[in-house]
Amino acid sequence: MRRNYEAVIGLEVHAQMRTNTKIFCGCPTTFGAKPNTQTCPVCTGLPGVLPVLNRKALEFTVKTGLAMNCRISPYSRFARKNYFYPDLPKGYQISQYELPVCEGGWVDISVDGETRRIGITRIHMEEDAGKNIHEGGSYSYVDLNRACTPLMEIVSEPDIRSPKDAAQYMRKLRTILRYLGVCDGNMEEGSLRCDANISIRPVGQKEYGTRTELKNINSFRFVEKAIEYEIARQIRIVDEGGTVVQETRLWDSAAGVTQSMRSKEEAHDYRYFPDPDLTPIVVQQSWVDEIRASLPELPDAKQARYTSSFRLPEADADQLTAEQAVALWFEAAVAAGAPPKAVANWMMTELMKHLNDENRPIEECPVQPARLAGLIALIEQGIISGKIAKTVFEEMYATGRDADSIVKEKGLVQISDSGAIEQAVDDILAKHPGEVARYREGDEKLLGFFVGQLMRAMKGKANPQLANELLKKKLV
Amino acid sequence: MHITSAFPEPIVKLNELSIAELRRLLDNREVSAQDVLNDIMGRIDAVEDRVGAYVTVTRDAARAMAERADSALAARRAGLLTGIPLAIKDNICTMGIRTTCSSKILYNFVPPYESSVTSRFAEHGYVLTGKTNLDEFAMGSSTENSAFQTTRNPWNLECVPGGSSGGSAAAVAANECIAALGSDTGGSIRQPAALCGVVGLKPTYGRVSRYGLVAFASSLDQIGPITKNVTDAALMLNVIAGHDPLDSTSAPVEVPDYASFLGKEVRGLRIGIPKEYFIDGMHQEIDHSVRSAIRQLESLGAVPVEVSLPHTAYAVATYYILATSEASSNLARYDGVKYGFRAKGKDLVDMYMQTRAEGFGPEVKRRIMLGTYALSAGYYDAYYKKGQQVRTLIKQDFDKVFEDVDVIATPTTPSPAFRVGEKATDPLEMYLSDIFTISVNLAGVPAISLPCGFTGGNLPIGLQIIGRSFDEATILQAAYAFEQSTSWHTRRPLL
Repeated sequence: MRRNYEAVIGLEVHAQMRTNTKIFCGCPTTFGAKPNTQTCPVCTGLPGVLPVLNRKALEFTVKTGLAMNCRISPYSRFARKNYFYPDLPKGYQISQYELPVCEGGWVDISVDGETRRIGITRIHMEEDAGKNIHEGGSYSYVDLNRACTPLMEIVSEPDIRSPKDAAQYMRKLRTILRYLGVCDGNMEEGSLRCDANISIRPVGQKEYGTRTELKNINSFRFVEKAIEYEIARQIRIVDEGGTVVQETRLWDSAAGVTQSMRSKEEAHDYRYFPDPDLTPIVVQQSWVDEIRASLPELPDAKQARYTSSFRLPEADADQLTAEQAVALWFEAAVAAGAPPKAVANWMMTELMKHLNDENRPIEECPVQPARLAGLIALIEQGIISGKIAKTVFEEMYATGRDADSIVKEKGLVQISDSGAIEQAVDDILAKHPGEVARYREGDEKLLGFFVGQLMRAMKGKANPQLANELLKKKLV
Repeated sequence: MHITSAFPEPIVKLNELSIAELRRLLDNREVSAQDVLNDIMGRIDAVEDRVGAYVTVTRDAARAMAERADSALAARRAGLLTGIPLAIKDNICTMGIRTTCSSKILYNFVPPYESSVTSRFAEHGYVLTGKTNLDEFAMGSSTENSAFQTTRNPWNLECVPGGSSGGSAAAVAANECIAALGSDTGGSIRQPAALCGVVGLKPTYGRVSRYGLVAFASSLDQIGPITKNVTDAALMLNVIAGHDPLDSTSAPVEVPDYASFLGKEVRGLRIGIPKEYFIDGMHQEIDHSVRSAIRQLESLGAVPVEVSLPHTAYAVATYYILATSEASSNLARYDGVKYGFRAKGKDLVDMYMQTRAEGFGPEVKRRIMLGTYALSAGYYDAYYKKGQQVRTLIKQDFDKVFEDVDVIATPTTPSPAFRVGEKATDPLEMYLSDIFTISVNLAGVPAISLPCGFTGGNLPIGLQIIGRSFDEATILQAAYAFEQSTSWHTRRPLL
């Protein structure tokens, strides 16, 4: 991106809510069932049926609004968004328009050590559409299993200035939604979707440029790529003396480009109006207070606590709080008595490496948090060395057993008996007179060689500090 | 079936009886549900080809239901409607029984689910005689907008029965059922009831579940009974009134025993007479009959009070903006994709257009276009939003008047039944048929129409009694008092 332009980006994020049943009927929301097996007269839009709001969907939306610092409207409404499409069984989508549940919030994102606040214009509820299936041949098929699944639409202010910030914002939303347990945040499966409104303007200009709306961004990787491409496209147009056309564009991930989908003139007139089948949503303050009290500690608060109370570096705190399950694991290990930084180090290296290699969620980690604390305690107490501890950890991960019993069974207890170490040191010095002479002539790098020999002789169990001390003493 | 000449024809036939009368005969085992059904089916065979009240006569289902009713009666497990043959307007879904809305677009639609009102009927043991004709999707005031047939008025077969519940009203008037259900969006129960000389009750919006009623205008639609007398209306309302978890707009308001209000005297009852409903140039015989009816109520001790509903003049215009707006959206689902009629098309959009062009009749298309226009970007504020504001004013008119009076009495219609074809080419003239009934839907209040006289040409005239929200009891009380002090409800057409 050339330096003389800045991008103005706003995101509309659709999050599929993890309710057990659909938003306006009792059908299950399970993903991947056989087509049209999770449907009923209501979600297939048969003549005469009526929607009834799933209270859980409202609760999830209020929860999300509170977590994103929104005002919760005491009175909101559903509206109908009218358009024809085969996967939309009623010919309209029940959504919210003039009066959404949540308004005026924000989330903070952190990019390159800097915190930026992104405004949330609104969060509203709506129903999802079904899916058209084109399998070739002269027919297309419609699967209505997904129809009427509850969605939240989270609309940001045009506060985002770079593709990287946009991706960071998406990750932050995902983190919060997962903390709240309201959405699984899986972009590839479509439970989290993102449309981007993008424009450019010369740096310093206040007015917005003409924006395009970008659809079909279906992975975190593509959030950045698609927006990057679109910004570059707009700058190229303006630099070549052209003007950006207001339109909806589609991100083509295979080709890595955006393509025009429909112009402003072809834009639908959705003819929104209040849905007369659903009464206004009245949210009592007492219920909002109840939901607020039930909110978990959110990532920002956790992050702050980790850096202040646990004195963790910001990068560690970031990494440990990105997933609630990881954070809770960390906290459990600390609660079992281990020093926070030691837990963080073990988690971010050995533990994560193993879990990532096996693509295993931390909830299924074979090592229990208290057992990692136990391992760390053995190191702290000098019972095993850090090096031995890695071997012990491997065994713990493979078997789920505790460190203590592994160390005892395999005889890995560190030798801190200076007599035994001294004996071994004497043996090694006797075996390597040449090296001893060179060391004494000033080649102090040879100390490492002696340590290696000593450790090998003692199967790694010598207390490293003591070994060093004794070697140095005898080599003088 | 054989008829022995040794016995004289019974003076009263079963098909001529009311729910209350049959209830007694059935419970006393003097007649069986199958006897009653046979008589009704005989009557249908005799007159239906002239009246054309039914889209579908459900003979097999009826027979099975009557047999079940007899078992229940034998076991002394009878409900309020056990063995009573009732007709259902064909825009109310009945599981496994074709429900067409008298539209080509749903000519083959068989609902896989049951409406809440018919579920309640079934719990109470009713016998379904069939699905009655209506103006397509309940849009009309004459039943001439049916895609299948024009129902005739049993009092004069040259005349319309009114609409949109013309099939239900005609079936009741012609004794082709004991009572029926209709739906009322702007007068569709009361106007045909008035034109056919029967009783029609539109309950308060939210009193009766709409689940399973194919929507025309969701904020106005309400299901209600069409019956031979006020007592039956109260009995039917007892069954269908009350909150339904499947309809969020149905109100969790307690339901009284409506029958217990029948026979209560009306002494001191304040009856509002809105001056806007009695205007120069109105139909003289209607004006005369309705004024006589008010005097009759006065003679029973009620107190007439002149009142004003100042926004009445805007009701029809407001209604045709709001009702068509909602309809344009409600009818979007008929796109040929999932059920009902589908026309061939070159591609998806062409299939949509051909399906809707061929599947809907002209009045339905007119209303879809009106509503689409009223909701369009740039027009929404001037039409839909303004319409909602005026609706609020109309509702406030009623609230204000009901601070002072208990009920309001008006004519149900500006004219008696008109001739088939007479208004068919002039939609505006047709829309004015509902001039006295529309405000009630906009305000959401309940109203009943009952016979209060006949024209010189022997066409029925209806009296409308309007009540406070959720106060159906008082209008039933007033209507019953009037009915019992006159004999209009005992007249039946000769067919």
